[in-house]
Amino acid sequence: MFTIEAKRVLTPVTKLIVVQAPMVARKARPGQFVILRCTESGERIPLTIADYDREKGTITLVYQEVGKTTRLLGRMGVGDAILDLVGPLGMPAELPREGRVLCVGGGVGVAPVYPKAKAMHEMGVDVVSIIGARSADLLILEEEMRAVSTAVYVATDDGSRGHHGFVSDVIKQLLERGEQFDEIIAVGPILMMRACVEVTRPYGVKTWVSMNPIMVDGTGMCGACRLSVDGKTKFCCVDGPMFDGHAVDWAEAVRRSRIYLEEEKIAVDHMNCAEGGCRP
Amino acid sequence: MTSKGSRVEMPRQAPKERIKNFYEVALGYTPEMAMETARYCIQCKKPGCVKGCPVNVKIPEFIEKIAEGDFAAASRIVKETNSLPAICGRVCPQEEQCEKYCVLGKKGEPVAIGRLERFVADWEAENMKIDTPPEPVHPTGKKVAVVGSGPAGLTCAGDLAKMGYRVTIFEALHAAGGVLVYGIPEFRLPKSVVAREVEYVKSLGVEILTNVIVGRTITVDDLFEEGYEAVFLGTGAGLPKFMGIPGENLNGVYSANEWLTRTNLMKAYLFPEYDTPIKTGRRVAVVGGGNVAMDAVRCALRLGAEEAYIIYRRSEQEMPARAEEVENAHEEGVVFKFLTNPVEVIGNEAGWVTGLKCIKMELGEPDASGRRRPVPVQGSEFVIPVDTVVMALGTSPNPIVSQTTPGLRIHDWGGLIVEEQTGLTTREGVYAGGDAVTGSATVILAMGAGKTAASAIHRYLTEKQGR
Ligand SMILES: Cc1cc2nc3c(=O)[nH]c(=O)nc-3n(C[C@H](O)[C@H](O)[C@H](O)COP(=O)(O)OP(=O)(O)OC[C@H]3O[C@@H](n4cnc5c(N)ncnc54)[C@H](O)[C@@H]3O)c2cc1C
Ligand SMILES: Cc1cc2nc3c(=O)[nH]c(=O)nc-3n(C[C@H](O)[C@H](O)[C@H](O)COP(=O)(O)OP(=O)(O)OC[C@H]3O[C@@H](n4cnc5c(N)ncnc54)[C@H](O)[C@@H]3O)c2cc1C
Ligand code: SF4
Ligand code: SF4
Ligand code: FES
Repeated sequence: MFTIEAKRVLTPVTKLIVVQAPMVARKARPGQFVILRCTESGERIPLTIADYDREKGTITLVYQEVGKTTRLLGRMGVGDAILDLVGPLGMPAELPREGRVLCVGGGVGVAPVYPKAKAMHEMGVDVVSIIGARSADLLILEEEMRAVSTAVYVATDDGSRGHHGFVSDVIKQLLERGEQFDEIIAVGPILMMRACVEVTRPYGVKTWVSMNPIMVDGTGMCGACRLSVDGKTKFCCVDGPMFDGHAVDWAEAVRRSRIYLEEEKIAVDHMNCAEGGCRP
Repeated sequence: MTSKGSRVEMPRQAPKERIKNFYEVALGYTPEMAMETARYCIQCKKPGCVKGCPVNVKIPEFIEKIAEGDFAAASRIVKETNSLPAICGRVCPQEEQCEKYCVLGKKGEPVAIGRLERFVADWEAENMKIDTPPEPVHPTGKKVAVVGSGPAGLTCAGDLAKMGYRVTIFEALHAAGGVLVYGIPEFRLPKSVVAREVEYVKSLGVEILTNVIVGRTITVDDLFEEGYEAVFLGTGAGLPKFMGIPGENLNGVYSANEWLTRTNLMKAYLFPEYDTPIKTGRRVAVVGGGNVAMDAVRCALRLGAEEAYIIYRRSEQEMPARAEEVENAHEEGVVFKFLTNPVEVIGNEAGWVTGLKCIKMELGEPDASGRRRPVPVQGSEFVIPVDTVVMALGTSPNPIVSQTTPGLRIHDWGGLIVEEQTGLTTREGVYAGGDAVTGSATVILAMGAGKTAASAIHRYLTEKQGR
């Protein structure tokens, strides 16, 4: 059973859990993810493995409550068990072993960036980081990121901390003032990743993104997660999730992420309703 | 000898009713109907039917017991050679197998062997407690790993357990059963029937670990290291194919795998009681002519589509789907567009499907398979307005295991290379069978392969001990 061993509330809508999953922990590498399901009638959702401890047999997940499944998960506490959890899925990130790398995390995307930054830092890479959120109270894992970076820049949409604006603005400033990076890794909401990629494109700096399309099985069986990279169809769950951001068809990816908008609303309404909170 | 009974039609839900629900279409025989049907069999001394069955079910013998009203005895006879009769009775392509070779079929109609098999299996489930299997006589103390819990894996595991092995099945998904749970819909094969068979295999002492992907969570090498002495790969053929035509990534285009997995495994037809959604347009086109296409199109109707099309590039005679299911689809109002091939999926500004552009085909010279090859008719393009397109073009084996197991060799098309009589792969101690070896085939063939491999594994481990 996938028992929750520890839980931290990072922001009102972002939670970190440490889950007992020895087989997954034994194989996990930075960049990989799991798919889990909370209840018998539940949906399967992907979450990145934000950290792992092979000795203790645990993995760490950080998630933002955006819809029904993540809200259900948010209510689970220490001692509760997640019904199903499978992984590690996806290709491990191919991380550089030297040089200077810029790690960019937006919103809950800081969580998936962290294991990569940590792994590179441990290999001796000079890691510079930018973390962002809508406002200061939604920033996560700042301490953890500082521990593995030589510099950390902060950006908030409302200016309540650090740069007033998007993480992509900060990338631009750094590139404009001539800072050199061998690679950039940007992870976060799809629109944020697209903005970052557009900023770096004129500079020709290799920019990796971690795509997050809708998934079902996570093993290449359904094709729900397909996206176009360099004009070719790829299955994110087996070919990714990391791709060269300059080769991704962003319009298609954004459009596909919205397929179930209507149903996602219905699911949340149905959940509220079942709990006596029906809207009149 | 002349026939006394008659081939009784099995009662079915009326088409207008059944397209509004996911309950089983064929409702089953009453004991009287079964006995009447059983008396129709003339008890051939040299029965052709048995040769047509890939696992050689003792057909005249079990049918005789039904005619006598001794259903328990009939059930025992069936189970001697077929451990999943409730499933085979429902989904075997009988018209290509047992019933094709029934002598009565030459002049009139063959005996309804599949329906009788289903009857005894269902009767047993309702009326007899599953006999607790006897303790294995010689628990060998040896461990065998089975990868995949489809019909191949379940059969192999069950047989090995009966021979005294400690068997663990590793299954990637959260539920056991393979295509039987994620692909074939409830209205053709109720999931409770699959669950019953899975429970039976567990009752033999088999452990089933779901949520384990071999090649990701654990590798074949790890399994050997953990003390498993042989491995059976029953990983199926789960990779979907797309056509490579423009517009295939538009919103509203599904692979049949995704369409059926959402519907069956995740129960999207019960949304929002179940959380997984599916987008069913008013008009749905399913591309393909096999069982998978029939299942997908009939799901579309039940999910609420007003118009449902089958788009198939050859003609009706060439369709590989089971005759019974094609007939069911016709009755339910599915529109068949034969000799029609998609060339482009058309979408609107927002990226949603609005139509399927097709070209008319005509039959030319026979191809390698002996079927006349469909060739496009120049300038005959036309657009069928639809909101959803489901691609049911066949599947190929998933490379996750072969890519992570040194020494395993595969054919160009992805199938595992094995020795036919044993299922032995190119790696010592590793056996394989079912769709992973043959590509998409049938439940009964997958079971047969599981059985073959189980005896080969038994021989291998016995010999190895002697060495
Ligand atoms: C490889 C991968 C790794 C991911 N890692 C993380 C992670 O570490 N932490 C985290 O919080 N989230 C992560 N996600 C996103 C996460 O899977 C979704 O937030 C989750 O599926 C939402 O489910 P829900 O039922 O709560 O919300 P829903 O009601 O299903 O969706 C609510 C909103 O979330 C967005 N959404 C839905 N599905 C996805 C999706 N698969 N990916 C991205 N956005 C989606 C949509 O904008 C939607 O409107 C990851 C996604 C992928 C594909
Ligand atoms: C929609 C549909 C309808 C069909 N209708 C019929 C019909 O009417 N009659 C008929 O006879 N046949 C039918 N078939 C074909 C039949 O279902 C298959 O031939 C049969 O299920 C093959 O059995 P299998 O055990 O080889 O593989 P599968 O049933 O495919 O099972 C393979 C299992 O292995 C698991 N797996 C795969 N990779 C891994 C891994 N790396 N680690 C762990 N687990 C793994 C999969 O999740 C799956 O559960 C149909 C198929 C489909 C898709
Ligand atoms: S297993 Fe299939 S082929 Fe054999 S007798 Fe039963 S229905 Fe016929
Ligand atoms: S061939 Fe037909 S009639 Fe003869 S034994 Fe078989 S089922 Fe009965
Ligand atoms: S999630 Fe099904 S193929 Fe990627």
